[in-house]
Amino acid sequence: MSDAVFAQVGEHLAGVAREAVVAHGTLALRVEPEHLLEVVRALKEQFGFDLFVDVTAVDWPEREPRFDVVWHFYSTRHFARVRVKTRVPFADPTVDSLVPFYGSAAFMERECHEMYGIVFRGNADLRPLLLYEGFEGHPLRKDYPKQKEQPLVPYREVKP
Amino acid sequence: MSTPANRPAPSGAFEYLTTKKDEFVGWARKFSLFPYPFVTACCAMEFMSVSSTLYDTDRFGAALPRFTPRQSDLLMVVGTVTHKQAPILLKVYEQMCEPKWVIAFGVCATSGGFYQNYAALPGIDKIIPVDLYIPGCPPRPEMVIDGIMKLQDKIAAERHPIINEKF
Repeated sequence: MSDAVFAQVGEHLAGVAREAVVAHGTLALRVEPEHLLEVVRALKEQFGFDLFVDVTAVDWPEREPRFDVVWHFYSTRHFARVRVKTRVPFADPTVDSLVPFYGSAAFMERECHEMYGIVFRGNADLRPLLLYEGFEGHPLRKDYPKQKEQPLVPYREVKP
Repeated sequence: MSTPANRPAPSGAFEYLTTKKDEFVGWARKFSLFPYPFVTACCAMEFMSVSSTLYDTDRFGAALPRFTPRQSDLLMVVGTVTHKQAPILLKVYEQMCEPKWVIAFGVCATSGGFYQNYAALPGIDKIIPVDLYIPGCPPRPEMVIDGIMKLQDKIAAERHPIINEKF
């Protein structure tokens, strides 16, 4: 069932998708950031991928462009899943926000923004969600020291 | 007897009296603990188990949780406390009236446990004083009961400064 829609998607997006492979029952597409909105619009409006599952990022410290941004979509009509990946550089980790298509993207983009520092162009509310105001850095980047704490309350002086 | 009322009593007698009064007040206080459960994580399941029928902390007079810190004298920090939550914990502690005691319930409240990272507070004793640590992930109810009994011993043995020369 999902193979048919995957074939259609692959055919329709042959011009913009760098890679399109089916792995573990999920169609994985890799696109350039400038084609993102076009691809997502096609997925949503033509192929019925109506559920925004998640957005996250992957940090490859030695690679340039350094970050993968990864979206997952699900089609409640075809019972199929699609993963869209794009690459953004460290110097300008900016991609387009998907809030115009999926309202639920707003919170997940906030989380991805604070954890990886990805900037979602068009998302007006990128305040910290799980972290707090004043937290410096992006803790899920590989170069964030794992045990670096940024306490809000000064620690007590413990008598020996 | 022969001591005039306007002269202080000999210190030995006063010491004897206050020691006995401390014992008495400690005995009273140790059986009327009013816990405030500051419950943040999975240790809550074990806390429910230990405070309900089967293990029944009511036997030790520590059963009735008060859900406002102002009416409680035992702060039970049950579960992981994150840096984002630390100001809330401090505020709750500061709202409690003296005398007050703190139990760190579970290894996360004790030392941060396996959360040695940017998010978790490595032990609540970094921000508030702790009387009793109960490690374990989660601790067994027997450990909690043992901990409460040790806290009772501590309360019974300590000075209760409400008893002073004026009383």
